[in-house]
Amino acid sequence: MKNITLSAVIATGFALVGTAALAEGQPPAEIKPLVIDGINIVAEAQAPSHMDIPAIYSGWEFRAEETQVLQLDDFDNPGMLEVDAAREAFNTVDGAAGKSCASCHEGGPEEFKGLAAVLPRWNPDQNALYTMEDYINYCRTARMQAEAWPWGKTQLNGMVGLLNLQSRGEIRNVAIDGPVADLWQQGHDIYYVKQGQLGMSCSSCHEENYGVRIRAEILSQGQTTGFPVYRLKNAHLNSVENRFKGCMKNMRAEPYKPGGPEFHALELYVASRGNGLGIEGPSVRN
Amino acid sequence: MADNVKPRVRVPRSVTAGEAFEVKTLISHKMESGQRKDKDGNRIPRSIINHFSCDFNGENVMQAELQGAVSTNPYFQFDAVVQESGTMTFTWNDDDGSVYTESKDITVG
Repeated sequence: MKNITLSAVIATGFALVGTAALAEGQPPAEIKPLVIDGINIVAEAQAPSHMDIPAIYSGWEFRAEETQVLQLDDFDNPGMLEVDAAREAFNTVDGAAGKSCASCHEGGPEEFKGLAAVLPRWNPDQNALYTMEDYINYCRTARMQAEAWPWGKTQLNGMVGLLNLQSRGEIRNVAIDGPVADLWQQGHDIYYVKQGQLGMSCSSCHEENYGVRIRAEILSQGQTTGFPVYRLKNAHLNSVENRFKGCMKNMRAEPYKPGGPEFHALELYVASRGNGLGIEGPSVRN
Repeated sequence: MADNVKPRVRVPRSVTAGEAFEVKTLISHKMESGQRKDKDGNRIPRSIINHFSCDFNGENVMQAELQGAVSTNPYFQFDAVVQESGTMTFTWNDDDGSVYTESKDITVG
């Protein structure tokens, strides 16, 4: 009799697990307004039509209050230190051509207002999908004749932070058709394919279980509008690719090559999942 | 002098006499603890900000002694009260003898 009860319990247990896997994510416990320096940033929006979930939320909404407040004041946002360093780099001559960023971009970083909202995008001159990192390193190598900054490291992440900051509050609107349609589809497939020893996909956490705890943390939707992100975990600005790499390691999968085609496609697809949200990078997360 | 040290301070320009206002300070500094070793096994010497003080018109407002466990880019936030207009000066002392200062004028009005 005992055995029968036990197996019944186990069966129920499996049924519950089965239901949980199919469940949709949970919205944040409380939606707060995200206002930085007087600029209101859209942190909740209707999901783009290509997605299966009803609404999209900035990762900020899922964080604990003490983490949230760090982002509300630029003085408190530790990521701004790296942005300040990038502002100096913007005006510093480097490379054989004897130029700084400011030599061509006389309007300063402010020239790039709105750019972060539409990246990654197709660059017809280079016939390639370009992220902010690509544009920076293109300028460095082709125009300044300086060395490209390594992917995912402080200098590049800081400069991306400085340029993304110019688009604060702009609504993300990444194109997913035309020349990038195939790449977008490739990114979509990478997002949904299970990989790694744990058999997880991006969607396992960020679509099916957002708002649910994974150990001590609450999963977000994996939006990229807040990148680069100052993470309390490593006390640095982290790029989208840095984050992808961390996720893949947690899934016990082999990360793709830095700056490679897979990460570009994935960055485009994930960016398109945030169409409608406001740009808030550099943000603060744990 | 350690690299990339830059003090930042934020205080309101004008305040009400006798009413508390918020002061925020931050200095970018690597705060090398003295506990780490380099790849050859040699100890990396301690290099931290060891003292911070804030004065208003020559009178001390607050001061703090920092130790090796204080993390990078030390940040202080505190409330202050003033009765008259004047200058608030901030001083950070480095292990290597460098002194970094910043000052802000505050008007009571």
